[in-house]
Amino acid sequence: MIQIVKRPDPSKTQDLLTRLFAVLCALVCASLLMAALGYNPFKVFGNIFIGSTGTLHRIRETIIKTIPLAALSLGVAVAFKMKFWNIGAEGQFYMGAMAAAWVAFNFNRLPMILMLPFMFCAAMLCGGLWALIPAFLKSKFKTSEILVTLMLNYVAVKWITYLQYGPWKDPKAAGFAKMPKFVNAAVLPKVFGVHIGWIIVLVLAVLVHILLNKTKFGYQVSVIGESEYTARYAGISVAKITLIAVIIGGGLCGVAGFMQASAIEHSLTDQLSAGLGFTSVITAWLARLSAPAIIVVSFLFAALLQGSAYIQTAMQIPTAVAEVLQGIILFFVLGSEFFLNYKLVFHKNAKEAA
Amino acid sequence: MDGLTQLSLFLQVSVQMGTPILFGTLGGILCEKVGHINLGVEGMMLMGAVFGFMASVATGNPAFAVLAAGIAGAFGALIYAVITVSLRGNHTVTGLALTIFGSGVAGLLGKQLTGMAQPEHVIASFAAYSVPGLSKIPVLGEMFFQQSIYVQIAPVCAVLLYLYLNKTYVGLNLRAIGENPGAADASGIKVNLYKYLHIVAGGFLCGMGGAYLSIVFVPHWQDNITAGIGWIAVALVIFSTWNPLKAIGGAYFFGILRGIGYKLQNADMSLFGRQIQISSQLLDMIPYLMTIIVLVLIVQGKRRENQPPHALGNPYFREER
Repeated sequence: MIQIVKRPDPSKTQDLLTRLFAVLCALVCASLLMAALGYNPFKVFGNIFIGSTGTLHRIRETIIKTIPLAALSLGVAVAFKMKFWNIGAEGQFYMGAMAAAWVAFNFNRLPMILMLPFMFCAAMLCGGLWALIPAFLKSKFKTSEILVTLMLNYVAVKWITYLQYGPWKDPKAAGFAKMPKFVNAAVLPKVFGVHIGWIIVLVLAVLVHILLNKTKFGYQVSVIGESEYTARYAGISVAKITLIAVIIGGGLCGVAGFMQASAIEHSLTDQLSAGLGFTSVITAWLARLSAPAIIVVSFLFAALLQGSAYIQTAMQIPTAVAEVLQGIILFFVLGSEFFLNYKLVFHKNAKEAA
Repeated sequence: MDGLTQLSLFLQVSVQMGTPILFGTLGGILCEKVGHINLGVEGMMLMGAVFGFMASVATGNPAFAVLAAGIAGAFGALIYAVITVSLRGNHTVTGLALTIFGSGVAGLLGKQLTGMAQPEHVIASFAAYSVPGLSKIPVLGEMFFQQSIYVQIAPVCAVLLYLYLNKTYVGLNLRAIGENPGAADASGIKVNLYKYLHIVAGGFLCGMGGAYLSIVFVPHWQDNITAGIGWIAVALVIFSTWNPLKAIGGAYFFGILRGIGYKLQNADMSLFGRQIQISSQLLDMIPYLMTIIVLVLIVQGKRRENQPPHALGNPYFREER
């Protein structure tokens, strides 16, 4: 007879150790899988490491990939903190990028000092408003935000495709359906060889950390996340706090869109996100919604993505290997939570237990 | 070609496009009926697609290919079930992980399959054939009775699933678990066993849906062959209000919308004497927008049979009952 008993709140070290152990198990499992497919796992992992951090250039590339992922994860984390399951980061990202592009296209005479903040604010606003739709529908009609945010992702991407093929198409790019490039004033400048987004993301992480952990608002968000009933009982205006938090979360995802469009693509395309919106749900969750941990986890995931791009050329292994790895790591970490929160008690005598 | 033939041909293709969506939706319904939201449909379909393709190339046996696809999907569902049922993990994140894992597996294994063709025997087995008599019915004949057997299995599965859920004792137990697992458990139903079996069975259906694409519809290997169909299926589970019969109509309706999207790719049309241009991208949005609208309407409608399973998405802890 096995009985499952809830553990008292696990300590931070226990939490970290469990997670590390789960990741280790996942890597062992992934190694076995790779060996079964005929790849030498040590070589694969070694090359992923070399490919993501081997040279200064590759470290820069990894950081460039970390920036949008971290910003998206921060946005997702704010919503997740109150158990608002926003998986619409992808859509909010595109809406933010669209707003930024709109500013860049229509106010192309602005100097950079005005242009970039304007784009930033527009992206934040637009991403936030896009996230507001599921929040509004949830508070008004009790529709599942998981499903609405999911659907809105597709609506957003299709909308960008529409703009790209239709109204915003660059008339000069005769046959190609693409938008014009941004003017130079709309491109984020570089600091230490990497676009300034890395500073923006670090600042945002600090702000989100303070907001969630040191302010009354953050406290209210956590209470709502723990139990809506408790929050109501304590006199917290659940609807208001929810809407504000969702707007902030969506806004952060929008900012990620702005940074990608401005610094990487210098334009807007319907391929801009490369699926990072979905990855960010995972990174946010793996980081336990803590802002400092998000930066670390995002960097590790970005390294995985960058490294897998390297092994494709170096070892002819498809980049899909990164997805398999992400999946396996996630499965193990998800499973490990159980052993963190519960313990199994074995009874020798079944009758005695009953 | 006259208008009627064109319409029939168009609907014939729409039904084909709706077929994988229908399989995925049925799998999703089965899973959600026991209270688990599975966002891994896309991943399970991709795993089914790649393993079905490989099994077909390796054995040349159509039945074995479908079986392999189903088992691949079921395996994905089993991982999901272990984490969400036994280890009480979060449904949303686990489902997303499954989708990422599935598309990774498909991408990794599919690399060697590019350019390969399906064995002739398999292609011949799944070729469209005419059902004697029935195929002569105008429009409907082309839609359902001049199709591959694979296309025809899908609505049959849906009807069987409907009967299973609503007319059998086991189905009643199953729905009880989705509504109130605590009460079901108290009345002696083996909650976890039911959950495992049905989540895995749902995965089997999803896997079959994926294999339809790789073996019959395309039938070559393409990267990301499902192209988001799994997510439409997730939407369609709600769109059909968890009813397999409505899922048939819903899946073909989505198939038609996709078909129109292809046809109208920026085609000029005239309406009331004015030239208008319908963008296919805007048309592509319709399924997703309609799903949101349906979601709002069913919650507003308050009709009991249309509501989501009451315990959907809530983990069930026997000890905390």
